[in-house]
Amino acid sequence: MTATAVAGQVHAFIRSRVGGRDIGADTDIFEEGLVDSLFAMELITFVETTFGLSVLTEDLDRDNFCSVHAITRFVLGKNGAAARRDPG
Amino acid sequence: MTGLGDVVARLPPYAAAADLDGRMPEEAIAVLREARLLAPMVAKQHGGPGLDHAGFGEVCEAVGAVCTSLRSLITVQSMVAAAVARWGRPEQRARWLPALAGGGVLAGFCLTEAEAGSDAAAITSSLVRDGGGWRLTGRKRWVTFGRSAGLLLVLARAEQGGTAVLCEAGAGVRRLPREGSLGLRGAMLADLEFDVELPDSAVLGRPGFGLATVAETALSLGRLSVAWGSAGMVRGCLEACAAHVRDRRQFGAALAEHQLVRRLIARMAVSARAARALCREASAARDQGLADAGSLVLVAKYFAARAAAEAGADAVQLHGADGTAAGAYAARMFRDGKIMQLIEGSDQMGELAISARVLGLPAHRRPA
Repeated sequence: MTATAVAGQVHAFIRSRVGGRDIGADTDIFEEGLVDSLFAMELITFVETTFGLSVLTEDLDRDNFCSVHAITRFVLGKNGAAARRDPG
Repeated sequence: MTGLGDVVARLPPYAAAADLDGRMPEEAIAVLREARLLAPMVAKQHGGPGLDHAGFGEVCEAVGAVCTSLRSLITVQSMVAAAVARWGRPEQRARWLPALAGGGVLAGFCLTEAEAGSDAAAITSSLVRDGGGWRLTGRKRWVTFGRSAGLLLVLARAEQGGTAVLCEAGAGVRRLPREGSLGLRGAMLADLEFDVELPDSAVLGRPGFGLATVAETALSLGRLSVAWGSAGMVRGCLEACAAHVRDRRQFGAALAEHQLVRRLIARMAVSARAARALCREASAARDQGLADAGSLVLVAKYFAARAAAEAGADAVQLHGADGTAAGAYAARMFRDGKIMQLIEGSDQMGELAISARVLGLPAHRRPA
């Protein structure tokens, strides 16, 4: 999946949770006060289900989830790592 | 699930005794332990039955219809097991999940404090670096099975932010029983005071992410369990009331012949089906890994808790004086039903969270 495709899905998900407000790719969703614990776990579930990966304890880093860009980078990094472990 | 009905059929005598005596008989816990229903979602690889959320819900519904206090033990045991299964390191999972599934250890979940409950971020219990480990200090309130739990999942504030730790009860953990509560009288409620040293291996998940991940994982499963348990209470009240109004005669006719009685029965029957439908929807969403499962759990819990409180009150009304007697099922459901509107998030917190999702707004804003 391309970065553009991942970012598009992440962006659409976050927008659906903030009443359709426009969120920039680098908008810090924590600083904007958009993330409560319910949303945090929903975001993790969304990332796992949509992109077929597991968010592990060591992945829990604000820098992995703070914006559309950050999440996209995280997803591509995880899936790239998985692809390297399991070619084909 | 095979045998669930047989297991639950053994519970009613213990349920009334637990409420009257203000403590859960060990025999009642043993029934669940033998049936391996204390933490029924623990995976088979860790010695549990490995039920999905739908199967877990059926257990909570069936036990909840008989005894809310005993259902709440399944709730807290499953909450802690879920947090360990989801965020624990392999050695934490290997150590605790078989014990939680088999009932070798009972679990407690310690979040609420004098100034923190719904506002979990306001916790003041402190976790500070102490040599190679940590020192946990603070007082937690209203811990379900806090009088007997051996493994305590505690949310505390570390330098990095909210952090979850697994603390074994023992020296440095003082239990202060809470007796005579309105409901959940058999749930061994206690406050717990901590002044205890913990090893690094006690930290569950990542420091600073305890509230958003570990606590939310546990609480969301807790809400689902309360929702299903409440749905069971409505069904239980309906069955008890239907039997009573068929048998009891006044003015030369069964109560069931009186229209004002029929109205209450009809409302209870609709609530029972609606609560069950919402619980099934929430469980299915969790089992499918849907991102909005947490919201659906909130909706199910909100509706079912209110329905349980209403059904308990109507059950007392329909049973008349008999419904108020010591040991009466209706009286217990009335008192426990009120607790369902408070525990794992009050009605009002549910309203804020549900409307927030509809409106795309945060549920809470802190004053600047």
